[in-house]
Amino acid sequence: MKSLSQYINLYAECRRQLDLVPKPIAALRPKALDALRVFSEQTMRRAPYTEAAIDRLLEPDYGLNIQRMGFAVDLSATFRCEVPNISTLLGVTLNDTFRPTESLMRNIPEGLTVCSLTKAAAGMPSVVERYLNTLAADSTPQAALNTLLFQDGVFVYAAKGVSVERPVQLVNIFNAPVPLMAPRRLLVVAEQGASLRLLLCDHSQRNDIDYLSNEVIEVFVHRDASVEIYTIEENGASTRHITSFHCRQEEGARLTLNTNTLSTATSTATYTIDLAGTGADTRLGGMVIADAGQTVVQNVELTHSVPDCTSTQNFKFALSGKSKGAFGGKIVVKEGAVRTNAAQTNRNLIASDDARMTTAPQLEIYCDDVKCSHGATTGQLDPLALFYMRSRGIPEAEARLMLTQAFMADVVDSISYDLIRDRLRQLVERRLSGEKASCAACAAENTCHC
Amino acid sequence: MNNEQHNPQTAGTRPAACPAAGNDSAVIAQATTGDYKYGFSSDIDTEIIPPGLSEDVVRLISEKKKEPQWLLDFRLEAFRYWKTLTPPTWAHLDIPTIDFQAISYYAAPVKKEGPKSLDEVDPKILDTFNRLGIPIEEQKALSGMAVDAVMDSVSVRTTHRERLAEMGIIFCSFSEAVRDYPDLVRKYLGKVVGYRDNFYAALNSAVFSDGSFVYIPKGVRCPMELSTYFRINSAGTGQFERTLIVADDDSYVSYLEGCTAPMRDENQLHAAIVEIIVEDRAEVKYSTVQNWYAGDREGRGGVYNLVTKRGLCRGTNSKLSWTQVETGSAITWKYPSCVLSGEGAVGEFYSVAVTRNRQQADTGTKMIHLASGTRSTIVSKGISTGHSQNSYRGLVRVAPKADNCRNYTQCDSLLLSDTCGAHTFPEIQVANPSAVVEHEATTSKISEQQLFYCNQRGIPTEKAVALIVNGYAREVMNKLPMEFAVEAQKLLEITLQDSVG
Repeated sequence: MKSLSQYINLYAECRRQLDLVPKPIAALRPKALDALRVFSEQTMRRAPYTEAAIDRLLEPDYGLNIQRMGFAVDLSATFRCEVPNISTLLGVTLNDTFRPTESLMRNIPEGLTVCSLTKAAAGMPSVVERYLNTLAADSTPQAALNTLLFQDGVFVYAAKGVSVERPVQLVNIFNAPVPLMAPRRLLVVAEQGASLRLLLCDHSQRNDIDYLSNEVIEVFVHRDASVEIYTIEENGASTRHITSFHCRQEEGARLTLNTNTLSTATSTATYTIDLAGTGADTRLGGMVIADAGQTVVQNVELTHSVPDCTSTQNFKFALSGKSKGAFGGKIVVKEGAVRTNAAQTNRNLIASDDARMTTAPQLEIYCDDVKCSHGATTGQLDPLALFYMRSRGIPEAEARLMLTQAFMADVVDSISYDLIRDRLRQLVERRLSGEKASCAACAAENTCHC
Repeated sequence: MNNEQHNPQTAGTRPAACPAAGNDSAVIAQATTGDYKYGFSSDIDTEIIPPGLSEDVVRLISEKKKEPQWLLDFRLEAFRYWKTLTPPTWAHLDIPTIDFQAISYYAAPVKKEGPKSLDEVDPKILDTFNRLGIPIEEQKALSGMAVDAVMDSVSVRTTHRERLAEMGIIFCSFSEAVRDYPDLVRKYLGKVVGYRDNFYAALNSAVFSDGSFVYIPKGVRCPMELSTYFRINSAGTGQFERTLIVADDDSYVSYLEGCTAPMRDENQLHAAIVEIIVEDRAEVKYSTVQNWYAGDREGRGGVYNLVTKRGLCRGTNSKLSWTQVETGSAITWKYPSCVLSGEGAVGEFYSVAVTRNRQQADTGTKMIHLASGTRSTIVSKGISTGHSQNSYRGLVRVAPKADNCRNYTQCDSLLLSDTCGAHTFPEIQVANPSAVVEHEATTSKISEQQLFYCNQRGIPTEKAVALIVNGYAREVMNKLPMEFAVEAQKLLEITLQDSVG
C-alpha cells in the first residue's frame, strides 16, 4: 500500500507534536509505526472492496490537525442531532477533538465516565493502558494508521453494576475549510453487570470539501454486562468514512449493534467481534440506503471462541443510482465452541441499472455440534406487490417508497429502544422520499431542547 | 491391504445394483479396515521421461506424440507463461510446496503393435481394469457404454467407436483427435480455459499428455453414456489430462468420468483441464465420481487433485449440468464452472464432497451470467469427518447487460466429528437490477434424535448414519446417471462407515 508512506513521513516530521500525548497513548506509536511500515510494502490483492479500496481512500493528501488548531463549532448542527423527546448525554467530537457539552457534565450519573481519551489517559492511565489498542492491535493498515496519528478520542466507562438509563449520544462533526483527515478513537468499557446505550452520529457540515474519517472503536463488554450501540451516518457528498469496530464479549455479555448508513461518499466499515465468554450474545443489524455514486462496504468477522454463544446478523442494502454496495460476513466457529447458534442474513435491493452489489457471506466452522446458517439474496421489489398498490391508486413512486420501507422495517424494528427506533423510522422515510435526509427535521419540528 | 477376496462385480467401482442386501458384514469388515481398496500397482512397462520441466521437455512430449507445429507453439507459449506464475494460495488449503522439477511429465505404456482384439492387449493392463471393476468386455457387452480407458496418460483402448462413428459422433483420445481432426481441435482448444487462466491450467497446457475428445454433430442425441476412466499408475508421474467436449446445435451428450488410483507413499499431482462448448439448444451432462487415493489416516501420501473445469454455454437455450461426487484425493482444488453467454442458457452444479482423516477439499463452482434470461442452480453438499477440512467456494456473477437472470444456491454442510472443519465462501456479484439471486447455507451435525429414532427401530447406529447421509445427499445423487448413482451411493457408505463413532 503505497498510500501509507506519506503518513509514515508525516509522523517522522511531526513526531514531536504528535507524541505530546499522555504516556499510555504515546507508548503505542512505535509498534503502530512498525506495522505500518510492513503494510506499506505489501500489495493488497484481496477482494477489491476491502484492502485495495482502503489504499485508494488513503491516497489523497489530506491535512491533519496536528497543531490542534481550533475550528468554530456550529452549535445549530449539534442541536440538529438531538433526538426529540429524549434527553441524551451529549458529547461532540469536532473533527478529531472531543468536547463534552454542559448538559453532559451536569447530568452524568455516578459510575459513568464520558470524557476525552487524553484526559482519561492522564487521569486513569492504568485503565486506559489495560484496554486501549488491545483489540484493534494494529491488525489492519487503517487501525495502525489511526494508532500512529490519533491525538484525542472519547472514553466511555461504566463501572461495575452501573445501569445507565439515558443514552449517551456522541456526535462526530466535520467542519474545516480545507480537506482534512480525522483519526477518531472511541474506547468503551462496560464492567461486570453494567448496562449502557450509545448513539453515535456522524455528520459533515460541508458538501464541497473532502473529509476522511478514520475511526477505531474498541468495545469491552464484561461479564453479564450489556452494551447497545446505534449508529447513524449522514455525511456530505465528499466525506469518506473508514470504521474499524472491535468488540470482545465476556461470559454472558450482550452486544447489540445497529448501523444505519443514510448518506456518504464512501463508507467502509469492518466489525470484528469476539465472543470470548460462554453464553455471550450478539445481535447485529445494518441498514444501508445509497444512491448517486455512493459506495458502502460492510464487513463482519464474528468469532465464536467458546461454547453456548449465540449471534444473529441482519444486513440490508437498498441501492439506486450508480451506487455500489458490498457485504462480507464471516462467521468463524472455533474448535470446541459447541452448541453455537449463529445466523446471518443479507438481503439487497437493486433499483437501478447502474447499481452494483457484491456479497460474500462466509462460514468457517471447526466444530460439529453447531447450528449455523446464512442466507443472501439480491433482487428487486416484487412487481406484483407494486402492481397491486398501483391498481389501488397509489402512485408508483410512493408504492416503491412504501415497499422499500417495509423491506427495511425489520432492521429498524429490531431496535429495542423505542424512541431511537421511531426517530430512525422517520429518518428512513425522509431519506427514501429523496429529501435531504439530515436531522434538520429535528430543528424544524421544534422539539429540540438542550 | 487385502485383495484376495476382492470381487470387482460387488465391491469394485461398479458394484451390483443392490448393495445393502446380502453382504453387509463383508462390506463393514472391508470398510472398517479403513484402507484404500484400490491401492495396488500394476507392473506394466512404462516409458517415462526423466523428472524435470524445461522447454526441451515440452518439445520432447510434443515430439513423442508426433504433434503438429501449432500445438507445439501452444505448449511453448503456455510454458513460458507458466514460468512467470506462482501457485495460487487463496484457497482454504494447506498445500505442501510442490517441486515441479521433481515430477516426470510423461509416462506412456509401451505400445505393442496395434492391438486388434482384446487378446492382444497386455494382459496385465486388462487385469488392472478387472481389479478396478471395469472389465472391458463386460462393459462393452453389458452396459452399452463406450469406455475410453485412459491408463496413465495414453488411451489404451476405445470401444463402441464404430457405432458412434455411424452417427457422426467423434469420441477418441486427444492425440488421435489432434491427428485425425486437427481443424476441430485447433478451433476449440483453449477457447474456454486458456493457458493464461491460472497456474495449473498453464502447466497443463504446456505438458498435457492425453485425454479425451468428444464432438457431437448437429441434431444428434448420443445414444449411450460416454465414459472415461482416469487412473494414475506410475510412481512420481503427474497426470495432465485434457478433455474437450463440443456439443453442436440441438445435440445431447452425457459424459461420465470416474477415477481410482493406486496407493502411493509420495504425493501425486493431477492437474487436468476439462473444456466444454455447448452450442444452440444443445445439452451436456458431465458427471464425475472421484475416488483418488486420499492418503492414510495421518495424511501421508494421497493425490493432489488440482483441476480446472469450465463450460461455455454460448448457444441460445443451451444447457450444461455438472454433477460430482468427490470422496478421494488428499487435496481437492476444483471449481467446475459455467459461462452462460447464450440467451436463455442454463447452468447447473450438483456436488457431494466427502472428506475424512486429513483430507482437504476446496471445491465449488462459478456461474457467470453474461446473457439475458440465463438461469443457474447450485446444490452443494459437504460432509466432513476426522480431521478433514471441507470448503465450498462459489461465485455467481450477473453482468450489467444480462436481464432477468436467476440463480438459486443451496449449500449445506454436515459435520461428523468435533475436529473437522466445514467452510463456506460464496460470493455474489450483481450488476443488473432485474436479477434474482438467492443463496442459503446451513451447517449442522446428525442430531441425537435422528439417531435415536433409527436405533429405536432396530437400525444400528452405523447404518443409521449411512441412511441419514444418503438422504442428505440424495438431491445430488438423483442427478447422476443410473449406473453411477448406485456406485456413488455405495462409495459414500463405504467411505463413511469406519469414520463415524
